[in-house]
Amino acid sequence: MKKTGILIELENGRVKETSLGMITLAARTEADLHALVLDGVDDTACDILAQYGITTVVDLALASDPEIRLNPAVRADAAAQAAQKLQLDVIFGLSSADGKDFIPRVAALLDAPLVMDCLDVDLEKNIARTSQYSGKVLADIQLTGDVVIFGIRPNAVQPVPSPAQTKKITVPADNTVPADFVLVSWDDGENSSRTSLAEADIIVAGGRGLKNKDNFSLIFDCAEKMNAAVGASRVAVDEGWVSYAYQVGQTGEKVNPQVYITFGISGSIQHFAGMKTARMIIAVNKDDNAAIMANCDYQVQGDVFEILPELIRQL
Amino acid sequence: MQIYVCIKHVPDSAANIHLLDDTRIDEKVAFLLNPYDEHAVTEAAALKKKAADSEIIAVCIGKPDAEKTIRTAMAMGADRGILVETDEACDSMTTARALHAAIVQDGSADIIFTGKESIDSEGMQTQFRIGALFGFPVVTNAAFLDVTSGKAVVTCELSGGRTRTFELALPCVVGAGRGLNTPAYPTFPDVVKARKKPIKTISLDSLSITPAGGSAKTVALAPLVQKRHPKKITGTPADQAKEIIRILQKEAKVLA
Ligand SMILES: Cc1cc2nc3c(=O)[nH]c(=O)nc-3n(C[C@H](O)[C@H](O)[C@H](O)COP(=O)(O)OP(=O)(O)OC[C@H]3O[C@@H](n4cnc5c(N)ncnc54)[C@H](O)[C@@H]3O)c2cc1C
Ligand SMILES: Nc1ncnc2c1ncn2[C@@H]1O[C@H](COP(=O)(O)O)[C@@H](O)[C@H]1O
Repeated sequence: MKKTGILIELENGRVKETSLGMITLAARTEADLHALVLDGVDDTACDILAQYGITTVVDLALASDPEIRLNPAVRADAAAQAAQKLQLDVIFGLSSADGKDFIPRVAALLDAPLVMDCLDVDLEKNIARTSQYSGKVLADIQLTGDVVIFGIRPNAVQPVPSPAQTKKITVPADNTVPADFVLVSWDDGENSSRTSLAEADIIVAGGRGLKNKDNFSLIFDCAEKMNAAVGASRVAVDEGWVSYAYQVGQTGEKVNPQVYITFGISGSIQHFAGMKTARMIIAVNKDDNAAIMANCDYQVQGDVFEILPELIRQL
Repeated sequence: MQIYVCIKHVPDSAANIHLLDDTRIDEKVAFLLNPYDEHAVTEAAALKKKAADSEIIAVCIGKPDAEKTIRTAMAMGADRGILVETDEACDSMTTARALHAAIVQDGSADIIFTGKESIDSEGMQTQFRIGALFGFPVVTNAAFLDVTSGKAVVTCELSGGRTRTFELALPCVVGAGRGLNTPAYPTFPDVVKARKKPIKTISLDSLSITPAGGSAKTVALAPLVQKRHPKKITGTPADQAKEIIRILQKEAKVLA
């Protein structure tokens, strides 16, 4: 039986939904499922992990000082050491914002093959499905090696409960900050409570059609009412209406929400590269011939300045 | 300073990708310098402006045709190029080994730039593997860099406006993000000058790298066609808004 380690992301001490989805994906093949938790695991978190099929919760006992805990080199070292001690065959982690600066470090330390941003994984053959060429191609990539690593796209798999008996062990991290790689400061943004783009169920996105920064605040108002994340086209970013952190697309964030709603976005190839896997796309555009209108699920022909305020009012 | 920039020759993001068979794309499309690597070259050139005795070397693992992309990097400021030729599609473990070997053979790096990811294979990992092979610290998605007296201060972007600032000892590996700078299109005189700059071409075999213990191999490619069949939402703006809300509640079930 394979021994699979799942790197669990927490949010305010709670196990993220997207982490539970990884467990469901890993549990499709018979395996001994280890949850590797870096940021402290309490009984509630253990119970949740047990409900989804984890047999061993591994507490990596990272130091709580942010200079240590937030240092990606320290985190990766802790995970790689645990993988070796536990002799894991497979490692799963989230291809999230933090995951992108963490999972590849673990792969590099273990000199193990890795596919990031997996939409699906076949653990019988170690084949991962991912998108390539700016989302234009689906690639199946087969990994070989003593340990193989998969970065799973958040929301790729909906979590399904599958209770197991769980024990908890500790494999303490080294907690040494390397002298050549020191975290000196960090900024979690003024809106760290806002739903993150990569993990949102609904994304409300705006583009050039919003015309200026003041108008773009309509997108934020609408998103707030829907408890959605805000996305933007590159034009909206280049014009300075929102920061680059909001950009969706080939050179921005790749997102995978249940619903993606666009306002005044034309639907360029590069924008699609970041959102084409959304389960549902609703496009609001005044031009019937815009590319996005031909490749969405619901097209709303109209003026964003008439429809957005109506939406905000009715929500 | 000896500045190495790892650059990849990739299909234009706007190109239509057709498949020749199960594992190969039709390469008769425009290829160019990976967009994130443009930021890497631009940053190297900015660094050289401050430390004038620096040399910028662009390194590429690719087919003979990749020479064009090395010329682009030269027009943007690289002084020399190294093309490690191979017709094989290399996985990132092999690519990193080849980049490491080519750089070691050439000189002694003070800083190595890469992009944060390549837009064709979207691997997001080569920079970390290069760092591990050299034993250098690595950052990715860099949005600000300052190099002074043997160390680099780098601010990296996570999503949602979050940032992390690190202090790295040199030599180090910096994966450039889009926030790092604004690449300028090369001027015609720069393009002409680039034609005369030297490129050293070596074969991948000549580097005799030790194979990695693992591998990543593409076993199937398929076009990601997600042909959607749009339904129209009509009526007054108020009707349209009402219908959007109904769809979110009843069909997508994402609103209470
Ligand atoms: C290498 C490269 C990478 C890129 N990466 C990205 C990326 O990551 N993300 C990205 O988004 N782009 C990216 N781009 C840019 C991309 O090519 C497009 O330029 C961009 O996506 C267009 O943004 P837009 O849809 O907001 O603007 P436009 O294409 O100008 O579209 C605006 C739309 O708004 C509509 N509109 C205008 N007014 C109204 C109104 N009052 N009501 C309703 N509709 C209205 C118009 O009909 C139009 O369809 C990249 C480009 C390159 C070359
Ligand atoms: N074949 C290659 N030749 C040179 N540099 C490369 C090559 N492949 C990847 N890189 C570098 O590694 C970065 C990350 O690539 P990837 O891991 O494929 O996303 C790229 O932006 C390049 O700087």
